[in-house]
Amino acid sequence: MSLTELTISQIKEGLEKKDFSAQEICRSFLKKIKEKNKEVFAFLKVAEEEALLKAKEVDGLISKNREVPLLAGVPLAVKDNMLAEGLGCTAGSKILENYIAPYDATVVKKIKEAGGVILGKTNLDEFAMGSSTENSAFGPTRNPHDVSRVPGGSSGGSAAAVAAEFCPYAFGSDTGGSIRLPSSFCGVVGLKPTYGAVSRYGLIAFASSLDQIGPIARSVEDCRIVFNAIKGKDEMDSTSVEYPEFKNWKLKAKSGRSSSSHCNSIIKDLKIGIPKEYFVKGIDPEVEKVIKSAVKKYEELGAEIVEVSLPHTDYALAAYYIINPSEASANLARYDGIKYGLSMDGKELIDVYLKTRGEGFGAEVRRRIMIGTYALSAGYYEAYYLRAQKVRTQVIKDFEKAFQKVDAIFCPVSPVLPFKIGEKADDPLSMYLVDVYTVSVNLAGLPALSLPVGFVKELPVGLQIIGKPFEEEKILQIGEVFEKTWKI
Amino acid sequence: MLTKAEVQHIAKLARLGLSEKELEKYRKELSSILDYIEKLKEVDVSGTEPTSHPLKVENVTRKDGGKTEARSANSKILLEMAPDKKEGYVKVKQILNQ
Repeated sequence: MSLTELTISQIKEGLEKKDFSAQEICRSFLKKIKEKNKEVFAFLKVAEEEALLKAKEVDGLISKNREVPLLAGVPLAVKDNMLAEGLGCTAGSKILENYIAPYDATVVKKIKEAGGVILGKTNLDEFAMGSSTENSAFGPTRNPHDVSRVPGGSSGGSAAAVAAEFCPYAFGSDTGGSIRLPSSFCGVVGLKPTYGAVSRYGLIAFASSLDQIGPIARSVEDCRIVFNAIKGKDEMDSTSVEYPEFKNWKLKAKSGRSSSSHCNSIIKDLKIGIPKEYFVKGIDPEVEKVIKSAVKKYEELGAEIVEVSLPHTDYALAAYYIINPSEASANLARYDGIKYGLSMDGKELIDVYLKTRGEGFGAEVRRRIMIGTYALSAGYYEAYYLRAQKVRTQVIKDFEKAFQKVDAIFCPVSPVLPFKIGEKADDPLSMYLVDVYTVSVNLAGLPALSLPVGFVKELPVGLQIIGKPFEEEKILQIGEVFEKTWKI
Repeated sequence: MLTKAEVQHIAKLARLGLSEKELEKYRKELSSILDYIEKLKEVDVSGTEPTSHPLKVENVTRKDGGKTEARSANSKILLEMAPDKKEGYVKVKQILNQ
């Protein structure tokens, strides 16, 4: 087994046993990046020097038999919309092309304290707006499973980096599916945490009531390790909360997680909800087949499959595409060519604004800013924004009702397989429709896991496991059962 | 369908400089997105409260104390980023007419 195939726990074990050093691990990933990043274009920037320096520091601690922190010597990649002091942070945009992060995002700070080795910054749709990573101002990322196809978005660089063995895990951010969709398209595991579970401080703001940071990794266990390292209240983000511990969760293992009898005991008490509105026209029948066969496997282990209804599904996407651009248009007002980033000269102040923003923002960002500006403008606010917020309430109520009957909801992450690069580029609306199964989760602030459960030809398909607020551990354990019981 | 004048108005509100050709492109694209969003009118929202935030937290406060040390160190770096500055201030073009 090559070093770049190892999971976090395997790297940690190998470092403790001194099978290899942190510098060796770091170098093998850097080598892989050098060989293949040109083709995949997952990384926008590789921080080779900084990474090797940090790895050396960890090796020093290990050689002195000092206690090493949890993620010491384990390399990772960070989506380029999260600040890491001293490194550029572009958000995939020309407007921030030369911006250098002046401080660490809280997640970056936490991972540095845990000994993490940051290999670099990954590509994304500009300001995380997109579902394919084609909207990056610096060029598209390609899907490692088929480089003629998209990796999904917007955290496409992070998911592709994990799939291409450039790193064992990466940070993504999820506003309407941006962790889950690329995880599904690239055949890796992605966790979108409950809103408020992870601090957003230092994450470049997109739609603040929807954005969450989470891990993308090779296994459920690795997602758990990273999530536990970054969760919790942060005084720098007033929307972050103290993470409630569900110590007495009844499905939790008494001892050892991996035994098959434990898997069975988890599943026997489990009620899985299948939203009837999610398996209708628009879904690729091949995707549907893979998802249904995954559900069947849980049923065979003894889970009870219950049909649930989320009647506002159709409207959730429309509400999302009002709320998201509205918040985005407000958040992106800060890019004015005055304080930082690109600045174009003009005769008067208004010309500076018009030129800087006209030149600096790409097509999708401009589109969303304009939709948001329209929805919030005088005379339209009630018909669009306020109405969308009310529909959001109804979407949340749908989930609350469904969760009275079930422990978790299963559905596809995406209605389609990874599509060809360029296929949807000229039709923004068809791109939006890819998000149909993911956006409701952000509107409701719920946690959801994207788990690879099969392939259609060589293309991966992800199952989405949605949980109640702060029940990350439950959906992780449910996902782990699949991982440990069946090979895909 | 939006008119060209409407798109021009929105672009100006959003402070986006667009060319003639772009105005036409966005007129079509924004119209098709807004047509899709019209769906929301089918929902009965009478008696429903709006949600602006998925967590039920409010009024998160902190002590009204300073972090002056960290701040003054940071403010230098932050000021460095401004394209135009003078004597420790960010310089902006004249806003009001003389």
